[in-house]
Amino acid sequence: MSIDTAPTTSAAALDATSAAATRRDILHRLLMTLGPILIALVIAGCILLAVGVDPLAYYGFVLEKGLFSPLGIQQTLTRMAPLLFLAAGLIVAFRAGMWNLGGDGQFLLGAVTAAASAPVLVQIMPSWLALTFSFLIAMAVAMIWSLVPALLRAYQGVNEIITTLMMTFLGTSLANVLVKLVFRDPSTTVPQTRTLPVEDRLPRLFETTITSGLLLGLAAIIIVHLVMTRTAFGLKLRIVGANPRAAVHAGLGVSGLTVTVFAISAGLAGLAGAVDIIGVQGNVRADWNPAYGLAVIPAVFLARMNGFAAIGFVFLLSVLSIGGESAARRLGVPNHFTLVLVSIVLIVLALAEYVDHRYNQSRKA
Amino acid sequence: MSGSSSSSVAGRDIVALEGVTKRFPGIVANDSVDLSIRPGEVHVLLGENGAGKSTLIGMLSGLQQPDEGRILVDGKPTPITSPRHALALGIGTVFQHMMLVPTLTVAENLLLGGPWWQRPRTEELEARVAEITRSLGITVKLHAKVSELSLGEQQQVEILRAMVRNSRLLILDESTSMLTPKGIDELGALMRRLVEQGLAIVFITHKLKEAAAFGDRISVLKLGRKVGEIPPERFRALGEQAIISEIVELMFGKQKDDPEAVERPVRTVRAEAAPLLQVADLAVAPTDNAPGLSSISFDIRPGEILGIAGIDGNGQKQLAEALAGQRAATSGSVRLEGIAIEALSVGERRRRGLRYLTDDRLGEGTVGTFPVSINFFLKQVGAAPFWRHGVEQRGEIDERAAQLVREYDVRTPSLKTPVARLSGGNIQKVLLARELAEGAKVVIFNKPTYGLDLANTLASRQRIRDTAARGLAVLLISTDLEELLSMCDRVAVIANGAIVGTVENTDDARTRIGRLMIGLAA
Ligand SMILES: Nc1ncnc2c1ncn2[C@@H]1O[C@H](COP(=O)(O)OP(=O)(O)OP(=O)(O)O)[C@@H](O)[C@H]1O
Ligand SMILES: [Mg+2]
Repeated sequence: MSIDTAPTTSAAALDATSAAATRRDILHRLLMTLGPILIALVIAGCILLAVGVDPLAYYGFVLEKGLFSPLGIQQTLTRMAPLLFLAAGLIVAFRAGMWNLGGDGQFLLGAVTAAASAPVLVQIMPSWLALTFSFLIAMAVAMIWSLVPALLRAYQGVNEIITTLMMTFLGTSLANVLVKLVFRDPSTTVPQTRTLPVEDRLPRLFETTITSGLLLGLAAIIIVHLVMTRTAFGLKLRIVGANPRAAVHAGLGVSGLTVTVFAISAGLAGLAGAVDIIGVQGNVRADWNPAYGLAVIPAVFLARMNGFAAIGFVFLLSVLSIGGESAARRLGVPNHFTLVLVSIVLIVLALAEYVDHRYNQSRKA
Repeated sequence: MSGSSSSSVAGRDIVALEGVTKRFPGIVANDSVDLSIRPGEVHVLLGENGAGKSTLIGMLSGLQQPDEGRILVDGKPTPITSPRHALALGIGTVFQHMMLVPTLTVAENLLLGGPWWQRPRTEELEARVAEITRSLGITVKLHAKVSELSLGEQQQVEILRAMVRNSRLLILDESTSMLTPKGIDELGALMRRLVEQGLAIVFITHKLKEAAAFGDRISVLKLGRKVGEIPPERFRALGEQAIISEIVELMFGKQKDDPEAVERPVRTVRAEAAPLLQVADLAVAPTDNAPGLSSISFDIRPGEILGIAGIDGNGQKQLAEALAGQRAATSGSVRLEGIAIEALSVGERRRRGLRYLTDDRLGEGTVGTFPVSINFFLKQVGAAPFWRHGVEQRGEIDERAAQLVREYDVRTPSLKTPVARLSGGNIQKVLLARELAEGAKVVIFNKPTYGLDLANTLASRQRIRDTAARGLAVLLISTDLEELLSMCDRVAVIANGAIVGTVENTDDARTRIGRLMIGLAA
C-alpha cells in the first residue's frame, strides 16, 4: 500500500493552489458579509420611507453622530466597553453549545452590585482597590445568578434557553427592587443608587471622554478568543459544544464544564454591568435597562463567534446605537429602530447564505 | 473501459455513469468512472478504504453533484439534484453512516419525507413493514426511539426504509458490516429475490466472500479510478476462489490464496497470572427498548483475548459502556489489576489504563468538524507533551499526528481536514490509532475492523494480537464469527443482556458458538 506517493509529488503545487483558494475564501466571506449588510440598509431605508422619514438623512445622522463627529466617536468607543464584555461571555457560551440568553439579568445585577459597593468601598480604601473589589463582587453575583440554569442543565438536562430567559426577567426585576428598596440613595428624590464621584471612576483615555473600560473590554474578548482557540480548556469546551456525546466518551466532566461555562459567561456579563457603572454611569437609576445583552447576540453570530471579528461587529453596533439614538431624537424615529435594522441584517444574511448554498449546488448540477 | 459497451446496451441500464469525476480539496475522489447498473443484477462495488465508493453512490443518491461527466437514468442524461429527487427517480440508498433522526421513533423516521400536507399513514406503514420484515427475517421495533437502538439495529431500519419506498434501484453501502453471518446470508437471499423481481442493486462490501456469493457483476475502484470489471458471463464461469483471487489481484495487485483464512492464534496465556480485568455480577437496568445486563461475570488475564459473540443489540453496547464508565451499573464490580473501578469516572478509568474503542465512530468517537490531528488526541486533551500548562503545542500535535497517519495508513488530504470528510474506513483507522497508543492495560474493542478494507482488517487484527501479546487484556466484541475465531482465546456468547456460555477457541468452537447463539446448550 503505497498510496501517499501521488500527493507528495505535487505538494508544492497543491500548497500554491490552496493559498489561492484561502484568499478566494476570505474574499467570498467578505462579500457574503458586506453584501447582505448593504441590502439590509436598503430594505431598512424603504421602511423609513414608508413611515415618512428620509432614509438618507437618517443614515447621514447615524454616520455623523456615531462615527464622524469627534464627540460621537468618543461616545461610540465608550459604549463598546460593556458590549465587548457581553460579547466575550456569549462567545464562551455559544462555542460550548450553551445558549445563555440571560445576559441582561446578569448584566443588571452586576451593575447594581457594582453601583452599591463602589461608592462605599472608595471611602474606606484606595480607589483602585475599591474598584477592583466592586468588579469582583459584580462578577460573583452574576455567577451565582447563573447557577440555577447551569445546575438544571448540567444535572437535569433542562433546556437553558428557557431557564436563562426566565432568570433574566427575574434578574431585571430583582435589580429594580434592590435599587428602590435596598440601595436607594437617601439624599435624592429620584429612585437611584448612590453616585460614584467622577474622580473615582475608571480613568478616561488621554484627553478624551473615552473610558479606559474600553481597554478592559478589548483585553477580555481577546483573552477569551485565545483561550477558546489555543488552550486545552477551550478545546474541551468546544468538544462539548460540537459533540456532547464525544465529550462524554472522551471522559470529559461535562456537568462540571457546563457549570463552569455558565459561570464564566455570566461573570463576564456581570463585569459588563460593572464596567458601565464604574466607568461611565456612576449610578443605577430605577427601571434602567439598556438591553445590551440581547443586542449583542446578533453581533456575535455575525462574527461567527470569532473574538476579533466580534470586535468589528461590536464597533458597528455601537455606531448604530449611538448614531441611531441621536438620529431618532432628531427625526422622530423610535429609538429601537436600530434593533430593527440589526435584525434585518441578520435575516438578509441568513437568506444570502441559503441562496449561496443553492447556487453552489445548482452550478454543479 | 465500458464506454463502448454501455452505449450499445444503454437501453438496458436503469442508471449509468459516464466519465464521472468528483474532486475534493486535495484529492480526486472519482476519476472519470463509467458504471452501468442494470435491472436483475447485483452490482458489487469493491475498493480499498478511500477508493471513492461512497462518493460515487453519494452522486447517485443526490447528495453530491459530479464535477464532470453525466448520469443517465433510463438512458436519458439526468442531473440528480437532491436526495428527494433521487427517491422520486426510484433510487433508494442505505448510507454507510446512519442517517436516522435519533430523537424520533423508528416509525416516524420511516414516515419522514412524505408530503407535509398529508397525515402520516401509520397503518399502511405497519402492514408494509410487517411484510418486508417477514421476508427479511428481522424484527424491527417500530415504536422504539432510534437513539435507543444499537447501530446494527439502526442499519436494519435503514435497509427497511429504502425498501418501504419501492425503489427500482437499491444501494447498500457496507450494510452487512454489523450483521451476524446468518443475517448476512438472509440479506443475500433477499437481494437475490429482489433482483429476480427486476430490481437493480448496488452492493458495497469489504468482504470478498460476500461479493463472490451475492454478486452478478463486480466493479473495482482504486484511487478513484475504475480498474476492472467482471461482467456476469465471466462471473458465472468462475468459481468463488477464482473470483476472489481475481479481485484481490485487481485491488492489491498481488496474489494470495484465501486472504481471510488466518490460522487460529497459538498464543501462550500465562494461566497462573492474576487477571487484569475482573467483572463480577455486573448488572445494568434495561430501558424500554434496549436490554439491560444481568449478572455478567468474566475474567481476562494478561495476554488474553476474550471474544463476545452475539447478534447486535443484545447488550454488547451496554456492556462496553458500563465497563468504560459511560453507563451506570446497578450492581456488580469491575476490577482493573485487582482495584475496584466501578465507581470511577470515564476519564479516571482511562488514566488507569482502560481503553474503549467505540463502534459509533461519528456519533461519539470523533468530533466531525475538528481536524484529523485533534481527533487523535480527543481523549488526552491537556496532557503533555501536546499541551503545556494548558496551552496547545501545535508542533508536537502535528508531528505525532503525522506519525500516526503514516503508521496506520490513514488516507487524508491533510492533517487539517475535518475528520468527517474522510472515508469511513479511514475514520476507523484514526480511532484505532488513538486507542492503541501507549499506556493501555485493558482494551475493549467494539467491532474494531468494521468498515476497514481487507488489507487494513488484516493489519488491524495483527495489531490487536500484538497488543495482547504485550501482556494486555483484550475484550473483543464482534458480530463477525471469523474475526472472533481468528483472534480469541475464549469466546463468550451474549444474548438478551446475559452471557449464555463461554467456549474455548478449539476446533469445534464454531459449532458450539453457533449452538449457543440460537439458544441451545453448547
Ligand atoms: N465531503 C468531502 N470532502 C472532502 N473530501 C471528501 C469528502 N467525501 C469524501 N472525501 C474524500 O474522498 C475520498 C473517497 O472517499 P469515499 O468515502 O468515497 O471512500 P470509500 O471508498 O467509501 O472508502 P471506505 O471503504 O473507507 O468507506 C477520500 O479520500 C475522502 O477523504
Ligand atoms: Mg465508504
